[in-house]
Amino acid sequence: MSAPTQLLNVQIDGAWHQFPKGTRVIEACSRAGKFIPHYCYHPKLSSPGNCRMCLIEMGMPKPGPDRKPEMGPDGKPIISWIPRPQISCAQDIAEGMAIRTDSPLVKECRNGVMEFLLINHPLDCPICDQAGECHLQEYSVEFGTAGSRFLDEKVKKPKRVELGPRVTLDDERCILCSRCIRFMKEVAHDDVLGFVSRGSHTYLTAHPNKPLDSNYSLNTVDICPVGALTSTDFRFKMRVWFLKETKSICTSCATGCNTIIGTRLNTIYRQTPRENDEVNSSWMCDYGRLNFHYLNSPERLQTPQIRERDALVNSSWKSAMARAGDELKKFANGQIALIGSARMTNEELWLTKKLIESLGIADHDVVPRLGEADQILVNADRNPNTLGAQLFGITNENPGGKLSEIVEKVRSGAIRAIVALGEDLTEIGLTVDDLKKLSLIVATGILPNNTTRHATVLLPGSGFAEKRGSMINFRGRLQRLNRAVQPPGEAKDEWEILRDLIQQSTGSNGIYLIEDVFRQIAEAIPEMKGLSLSRISDKGVQLVEEGEEATKTPASI
Amino acid sequence: MEIPAELESQIDEVITHYPVSKRSASLPLLHLFQEYFGRIEDEAIEWVARKLELEPINVLELVTFYPMFRREPLGKHHIRVCRTLSCAMAGGYQLLDTFCKHANIVREQSGHGDHLLKSADEKYSIEFVECLASCGFGPVCMIDDDFFEAVAQEEVPQLLEKYQ
Amino acid sequence: MASTVRTPHPREKRIIFRNIDRPGWTNDIDCYFRDGGYAELKKAVTMKPEQIVNEVKASGLRGRGGAGFPCGVKWGFIKPGGPKPVYLICNADESEPGTFKDRYIIHQDPHQLLEGTVISCYAVNARLAYIYIRGEFPLGAKILERALAEARQHGFLGKNILGSGFDCEIYVHRGAGAYICGEETGLIESMEGKRPYPRIKPPYFPAVLGLYMCPTIVNNVETLCNVKHIVRMGGAEYAKMGKPNNTGTRLLCVSGDVQKPGYYEFEVGGITLGELIYDICGGLRPGRKLRAVIPGGSSAKVLSVADRYKIKSRQPDGSMLEKEMGLEEVPIDFDTLAAAGSMAGSGGIIVMDDSRDMVWALNNINEFYAHESCGQCTPCREGSLWMKKITERMVHGGGTKQDTDTLKSVADNIAGRTICAFGEACAWPTQSFVAKFRDDFVAKSAGKENGNGLR
Repeated sequence: MSAPTQLLNVQIDGAWHQFPKGTRVIEACSRAGKFIPHYCYHPKLSSPGNCRMCLIEMGMPKPGPDRKPEMGPDGKPIISWIPRPQISCAQDIAEGMAIRTDSPLVKECRNGVMEFLLINHPLDCPICDQAGECHLQEYSVEFGTAGSRFLDEKVKKPKRVELGPRVTLDDERCILCSRCIRFMKEVAHDDVLGFVSRGSHTYLTAHPNKPLDSNYSLNTVDICPVGALTSTDFRFKMRVWFLKETKSICTSCATGCNTIIGTRLNTIYRQTPRENDEVNSSWMCDYGRLNFHYLNSPERLQTPQIRERDALVNSSWKSAMARAGDELKKFANGQIALIGSARMTNEELWLTKKLIESLGIADHDVVPRLGEADQILVNADRNPNTLGAQLFGITNENPGGKLSEIVEKVRSGAIRAIVALGEDLTEIGLTVDDLKKLSLIVATGILPNNTTRHATVLLPGSGFAEKRGSMINFRGRLQRLNRAVQPPGEAKDEWEILRDLIQQSTGSNGIYLIEDVFRQIAEAIPEMKGLSLSRISDKGVQLVEEGEEATKTPASI
Repeated sequence: MEIPAELESQIDEVITHYPVSKRSASLPLLHLFQEYFGRIEDEAIEWVARKLELEPINVLELVTFYPMFRREPLGKHHIRVCRTLSCAMAGGYQLLDTFCKHANIVREQSGHGDHLLKSADEKYSIEFVECLASCGFGPVCMIDDDFFEAVAQEEVPQLLEKYQ
Repeated sequence: MASTVRTPHPREKRIIFRNIDRPGWTNDIDCYFRDGGYAELKKAVTMKPEQIVNEVKASGLRGRGGAGFPCGVKWGFIKPGGPKPVYLICNADESEPGTFKDRYIIHQDPHQLLEGTVISCYAVNARLAYIYIRGEFPLGAKILERALAEARQHGFLGKNILGSGFDCEIYVHRGAGAYICGEETGLIESMEGKRPYPRIKPPYFPAVLGLYMCPTIVNNVETLCNVKHIVRMGGAEYAKMGKPNNTGTRLLCVSGDVQKPGYYEFEVGGITLGELIYDICGGLRPGRKLRAVIPGGSSAKVLSVADRYKIKSRQPDGSMLEKEMGLEEVPIDFDTLAAAGSMAGSGGIIVMDDSRDMVWALNNINEFYAHESCGQCTPCREGSLWMKKITERMVHGGGTKQDTDTLKSVADNIAGRTICAFGEACAWPTQSFVAKFRDDFVAKSAGKENGNGLR
């Protein structure tokens, strides 16, 4: 419960507005529809005020003889303008402050700064990855001058520097805004970047014995306003204006950082973080960001397969599903186990629950994945949807707790069939010999592993970037994935595979769209009542109220 | 890196001058290393960083900013000639040339962070520095820590004689 | 070596420089004692700190480092009894081209500086102070260290100074060759062990968020020495010297094309540029005529002998009188030099006669600023080197027709747009030289086309 924030009166380009006390001048102008170009300012970092691009004219109420603001005929204070232009990124608004964002002086300031930035800037646009999303290019068009007056030699600096394993630096393009240095220090807590030399010869570097290898290094590439810091993974791969941008979430841990997946012609080229102050602020970790290449692998499972005389042969979906259904019917309830995955979406997990019910399966669990949390974004739980798996009863409060029992039952022969959904059974303690002993393995998957190689029926599924659905992060936030690319070959969405499997065993379904799946979920789960997939929106929905003990939001990191 | 005990005790003493933040001792420590070893080596940068609980980049930033810290060794004797306006008007540029001639240093362009101009036998190194604050008595120069005002061109050989 | 006999000119009023070049004077504390030294500190600790601040306010003392900001007002920004400790830093980073005064105080009369510093610390309740001395004064640093040891020995530093209950410790901190460390917030960053990038103001006003984000006073060497004398004679008495709003004495450092360059101490406004050049400094070199004067260190705008200034001055009866005058009639004080379109700055007066090529002179100055720019903010970082490249090209015969106007335009895009006053410092020389000696520049680029920027 906080006291209501005081509203202050601010005049922007002649019009009076009100903003909460504590609003930065540049933000106030933005909210009033007056964008102020800037380089070094970033709302999530400290403000050094060094690029000078955000210079505007500022005025304060003129004090009258009684030291109180002198009022004009319109009942508003008369403004006394400060002759020197002021930066707008490092000061908060004050009562009665006035700003001019497009006066002749402001235009001159911007022209001047643009010219200065370009005199030593290399003409790299044709080969620079930043082209198309470069602030220097954009502001040059809007706020710069048309010609160049610079007749002398440009300053030369190192190019193609390997700052770290994932970041390549071009020092000549760098405009020395220091965003990257501040990010590494203030957010990533790994103060490894700095400026060396002096004056116009200053350049960015890391110490040779302490490279930029933090798990957050690629965020510096996002925030670099020019093409100085580039992602080595993405370098020279694709022009950004060709990329289709799909909003989704990362699935490499339970945080569920919001992302944008950049694709062209069904290939994923890069992922970048999407701002969500309730989840990941403006950042994501390098591991999650780069964890998409496996989706482009030539090893992707593309065709349904069935086992004929000890070998897997290609089949059709109809035949494979029929075979799966027939085989499953041969076993009594207690003889089938199901290993689900906490990497599945809620929709898939819901249908998994239906499958478990229809087959009367008692032994089921998910494969846990635990690592070390890093106090910034990376969660110790490396599965993105453990809460979903728990909510739909695929696992309980101890994910993986039943796996050893299942292994025992396989070895004792009590369990003779396993449905493995997107997980490799040799990771739960079973050996390849154990797999060979099983009478039936119905497996979904996207890449070959021990389980897929020994499956009786192999059903190729889709990766996280190839499906629409929802997941719940570790804080109970329901977030949506969107389809950025199609799965390869004949691979299908898992929810459709599960629906068809259920149909095989029960003969009924009635679900044709994934929205219908969600609707069923919303009707059954009280916390999700009234929601739909589209109503989750791009920012997600908090399902559980945060208690007092909730950890600090990443927005404050 | 081996730090002689005498230097280490000087370092520890200097750090006590900055009770609020050890980082403030960066410059004095670098001065001590520059004086003791004649230059700031890579290991020195890491040693200072460790001692003051900083990142090596924090120290590298300073070493490359301040011209008095050199990564390569100075000559046995280091000459600084002032180039700024009043001394230039009094013959500073000629003085630099005269020094170079008598110290056998090849005169070429050398800016911030560039290679030091040195004689082949490394007896002398020379730097064209900014205002040394004795403008009324120019041209001025320093050889090692000694300061000379109103240096006449003819005096240069004598001066160099004293620094062998 | 030229003659180094430096006896004061009879017209000088030597207060700060009383002991410089004084026969028989040595820089140890015993000599200082014999001359009555530290009497003012003894007096100061019997006064309340606010009293000393008030005396300094009454004296009208303006900073002697270059900005000329009223010292009492600066001290007044420190609110006594605040939760954070207060620090005081003596700015002994004398690096402004043309200036050579603090050097002599440090080397020859260090105790005057120490006494003034301790009194100032007492006045603003700073228990920890530093003397930031430029790295190129290694002997000066040793002299100061020794003087501090002597002062400590005698109880003028350390715990319970002279039984007053006031503790104060002062350390010497050496710079390493950067002019920007003379800027007060750059100095503070340097003291914190970081790259000396000046801070943005607002919000980092040193009196509020200074060293270690605590209230900090940064004062020039000469300013701190003046504090001792203000305590001695009282603020009102001090204010009688000089002119209203321009009180006290000033150390003037004259260099360039005069017969007797050197340092001279006069009451502020007590002498004109012409008197200084011709009467005190022996005039110009034989056969030469005056062409230009830079009156306040290289950052100050150049004054031309062809200029005419309209200077207003308040008469004794309170009325304002406007007088038109040329360069030589300008009295050397803060307000008049400002009214003449320049500044008193650091007191470094560089005289140029008619043998001097103004493009060459500006190029020399531009090279200084290009070297010394810290590189933090865009206009100064890029513009200072650009201006130097242009004038260098002009000096070596590569000037083009557009260069003169480009120079002015670049300088206009720097001044007023930067984080610190270095922007003005590097832009004003170019603006003023080009404005006042345009013919020199045009001559250097006559007839050459710009060729669309292709070389």
